[in-house]
Amino acid sequence: MALLSQLLNTLLQTLLDLIPIIAIIFGFQIIVLRQKIANFKNILLGLFYVLLGLGFFLVGLEKALFPLGKLMATQLTDPAFIYSGLKSIPITLHWADYIWVYLFAAAIGFSTTIAEPSLIAVAIKANSVSGGTIGVWGLRVAVAIGVAAGISLGTFRIVTGTPLHYYIIAGYIIVIIQTMRAPKMIIPLAYDSGGVTTSTVTVPLVAALGLGLAGTVPGRSVIIDGFGLIAFASLFPMITVMGYAQLSEWRYKKSQKVTNDKENN
Amino acid sequence: MENLLNRLLVNIARTLLNSAKDLLPIIVVIAFFQLVILKQPIPNWEDILIGTLFVVIGLALFINGLQVALFPIGENIAYAFAKKGSIVWLLIFAFALGFGTTIAEPALIAVSAEAAKVAASAGLISDLVDARDSYAYGLRITVAFSVGLAILIGVIRIIKGWPLQYLIIGGYVGVVIMTAFAPKEIIGIAYDSGGVTTSTVTVPLVTALGVGLASSIRGRNPMIDGFGLIALASLTPMIFVMAYGMVVH
Repeated sequence: MALLSQLLNTLLQTLLDLIPIIAIIFGFQIIVLRQKIANFKNILLGLFYVLLGLGFFLVGLEKALFPLGKLMATQLTDPAFIYSGLKSIPITLHWADYIWVYLFAAAIGFSTTIAEPSLIAVAIKANSVSGGTIGVWGLRVAVAIGVAAGISLGTFRIVTGTPLHYYIIAGYIIVIIQTMRAPKMIIPLAYDSGGVTTSTVTVPLVAALGLGLAGTVPGRSVIIDGFGLIAFASLFPMITVMGYAQLSEWRYKKSQKVTNDKENN
Repeated sequence: MENLLNRLLVNIARTLLNSAKDLLPIIVVIAFFQLVILKQPIPNWEDILIGTLFVVIGLALFINGLQVALFPIGENIAYAFAKKGSIVWLLIFAFALGFGTTIAEPALIAVSAEAAKVAASAGLISDLVDARDSYAYGLRITVAFSVGLAILIGVIRIIKGWPLQYLIIGGYVGVVIMTAFAPKEIIGIAYDSGGVTTSTVTVPLVTALGVGLASSIRGRNPMIDGFGLIALASLTPMIFVMAYGMVVH
């Protein structure tokens, strides 16, 4: 019964979230563009799917993934766990003692990004627009690797207490250099993938990890160090998606060269 | 009739299976860390099982709705505006869509409230309910305005065919300069606010809008010109939230 009321509550919340968006779009379509909405029945049915889908999705996350993920984030960052892996109790913890935190950050970043609905949406769109050149899974894995690397580095930053903007600025410089060299087609998509990664699934877990870590590492402030992981998660996918395109291009050129050489012989 | 039902069932089974595949990495990661690293049993078995099932069903339904509703809605409105040819209305629409979808965004409401608490405990604003509420509200308006502006600029960019990288890199330079001057406490929140603005419903709609516009305007390439709205919408909030921090603090 509690489950049902939770589901209804979430559905209502999602509906309230959906209404302004739909009102703006249909309002403009009917009043400004004076157009009938094509396939209105289908669209309504589809919106109902979206509503129901998001409702189930969010309740499921609340019930299964978030409590366990958050609990694990606190347990892994707990000094008691970190000391248990060491032979003697040192006076100060070395950054390398947090190895499981970095690995967990990378693993959870990768896996939540694979399940991120907005990334699936963008990947489907990119696949159809590019005529199949960009694979749905290829893009998703490239983005997920970026998020994994970003969040892992982000937890390392919290542990070492180095300033956030050094990392972000260095990342921007890499992005600029890649932008000059990567195939033109991929650039807008790569930039977009930075924004879509941080959504429903990833943010709550990553925020829990960041705040947990900033709260337990000595000398860190939750205010200054707890935030900022999301920024890492938005920056690194740009690098990996452009890298993915650069790698595909390089391999294509190489295979072209091999076939050319063969033909010449 | 039976044939149709069979096809429907196969279809449902396939979408569910795909969603299960999307979710598999998370299940593996959590099980591994819980059982092998932390050496603890999985608590509340039933809850976790039901929850996971819900996530799978929800994802399958959402992906279906995406294809049936969200993509067509975004594309149709793009074609309709391109046919009407009124740039002014298109720009008003772009701003309204960005502002309207962001102002009600639950993630943003949560982050603003959190930011107000942080600002109050750092002594930047007085720690009264009124002061915190107005700070949080101001932050929400700021972010929503910046997203509206981002979609508006993004649509102008699609129409004109400007390369995205100049806008984005220019924006980054802006972020870097602002970081040097903004109060330290707001920087983390500002950087994070770029990420929370793009919700699960907004992303497919805005992507379909951009791609639809780029494919209906002659000389534009949907791949090069169609994407990029999300990137702009994640960038402007960083600049505006830091500006907000500088003005208010």
